[in-house]
Amino acid sequence: MKLALRLDDNHSSNLQGREARGVFIKSGGIFMGMTVTEKIIANKANLSQVKPGQIVQVPVDFAFFHDNNAPIAIRQFSRLPNASVWDSSKVMFVLDHHSPSTTLRAAQHHQNIRDFAKKHNIKVSEVGRGVSHPVVAEEGYARPGRIILGTDSHTVGLGTFGCLATGIGSTEMAAVLATGSIWLQVPETVKIWLDGKLGPHITPKDVALFLLKNFGPSFLNYAAVEIAGPLVDSLNVEERMAITIMCLEMGVKNAIMPVDEKILNYINGTQKTEKIFQADKDAVYASVVQFDVSSLEPIVATPGLPTNGVEVNQAEGVEINQATLGSCSGAFLHDLEAAAEILKGRKVHPGVRFVVVPNSSKVVEKAARLGIISTLVEAGAIFSSPACGTCGGYEVGVLAPDETCISTTTRNMDGRMGPGGLIYLASARTVAASAVMGKITDPRKLGGGN
Amino acid sequence: MDDFILKGRVWKFGDNISTDHILPSRYMTHVEPHELAANCMKGTDPDFFSKIHPGDIIVAGENIGYGSSREQAPQAIKCAQIGAVVAKSFARIFYRNCYNVGLPAIMAPDFVLDVNQGDLIEINYTQGGITNLTTGKKYEFIKPPDFLVEYIELGGLIPYLEKQLKK
Repeated sequence: MKLALRLDDNHSSNLQGREARGVFIKSGGIFMGMTVTEKIIANKANLSQVKPGQIVQVPVDFAFFHDNNAPIAIRQFSRLPNASVWDSSKVMFVLDHHSPSTTLRAAQHHQNIRDFAKKHNIKVSEVGRGVSHPVVAEEGYARPGRIILGTDSHTVGLGTFGCLATGIGSTEMAAVLATGSIWLQVPETVKIWLDGKLGPHITPKDVALFLLKNFGPSFLNYAAVEIAGPLVDSLNVEERMAITIMCLEMGVKNAIMPVDEKILNYINGTQKTEKIFQADKDAVYASVVQFDVSSLEPIVATPGLPTNGVEVNQAEGVEINQATLGSCSGAFLHDLEAAAEILKGRKVHPGVRFVVVPNSSKVVEKAARLGIISTLVEAGAIFSSPACGTCGGYEVGVLAPDETCISTTTRNMDGRMGPGGLIYLASARTVAASAVMGKITDPRKLGGGN
Repeated sequence: MDDFILKGRVWKFGDNISTDHILPSRYMTHVEPHELAANCMKGTDPDFFSKIHPGDIIVAGENIGYGSSREQAPQAIKCAQIGAVVAKSFARIFYRNCYNVGLPAIMAPDFVLDVNQGDLIEINYTQGGITNLTTGKKYEFIKPPDFLVEYIELGGLIPYLEKQLKK
């Protein structure tokens, strides 16, 4: 694996804390080329140019709340005198963290959200529909050039559509709901160029875990990442999202990918109808990093941090109690399909609970049509309704202390699926192979598929 | 206006303290202030709330607030009456959330390197200075932009916005 250009430590400290320090660079003067993220911000702020560090106020094109953060947002919104919703057509509530409601409290929160949404004429993505950002993508709200905010940190995954998408907290979302705008500090951009072709049984999730392993949990704090190259071009839209969603775990403010025909087809748009920005030839990047993924091995992130990636042979043999396909980034159709290829004609190990939580109802529909669900169920999979599910231990697939799970989900911090439980992150293929063997297994050893 | 001063004992934590450490996801539906306070730092120190006193300061290494966007994390810290969070660096959403709920988030890497668990410190937020009263050493930090300082003075984004909307 080659790292064409390494960010030096000084550079990382420049990236670090720009937002916190509030370095203000006045616009004007000599015109310099801009990155895609800078162009989106400049366009929205009505400025001919913006530069990293500059703070601007920008209008928001679409905002969504999920059921874990909406209750506080609604409470904060109601504190504002005479507050009205800035534009109810640009807002959506998504019931995805406790879906269908898993406790009395969650049910009450859902009820409050539905009441508030009805009163203000806001759309609700109901329980069972799926995880917020995959649903926002499927519904066509993520479009090139837009500024999209969600109360989910993994909102960054919507940058796959050439928009600036990022996560914010509940109180800030209450303010957005009232004003339709937000302050942003223009981030520095790091360009990641992905060359090469994935080998057998190597997936976009392995690419994501590989990037995380290289950059660590805070190296790209506050930065925008532009991810492009032949590998990205070769992936379908949802495979691209599997990578951009995980970029949050490197601290990025937003991740952005180029807009091509696959994106335009997905959103039912054209070059003419969409606001597509290209980086200038003389755009200034904090760094440009190039990877060739041709020799990439399956990657497994060991418990503690999603950035703890090791090649699968270093984790092989660890016994597991649970295997999970789940979360926004790890339960797309391509994940279920990959697992089914491994599991076809095989059985899940008797000591393993294999839990599948698709990330949207459309994934369930498509998987059913393709016979993927019957393959997985025949192998011994347990299906739960589309939701965040096991990823945060949301009452689905919670671990007992000292139990071990291998999962396609987004995070593996201590206690994430229950206190004392250990989580290894991996691709759907590695998870499926491990489910069969009862221990962490290189999917290439089982063969089949790809 | 008088300088904004915070004084308290230090509770020291390491790098990459995530929002799952600060407020585990299983408590996220518990949104009342007393519940949030009781579960503060539960993912890393289950007894934290029973040990602290009002005004104490959380000090952490790199990248505190890593992970999810949950505002319940800084809310829990604020509800537990912690005066401020001082760290070498902050994760992006957590940093914004701290200010939005009116909790000072201060980047002071030199100070963090020197300070020990239990030290008594005084933060002059207006002047951008920290004094370690246990060791006598003084440190400076770079204050955020003025509007964020105003968030802290007023108690967060909502009171700030109320003021703006009245204008």
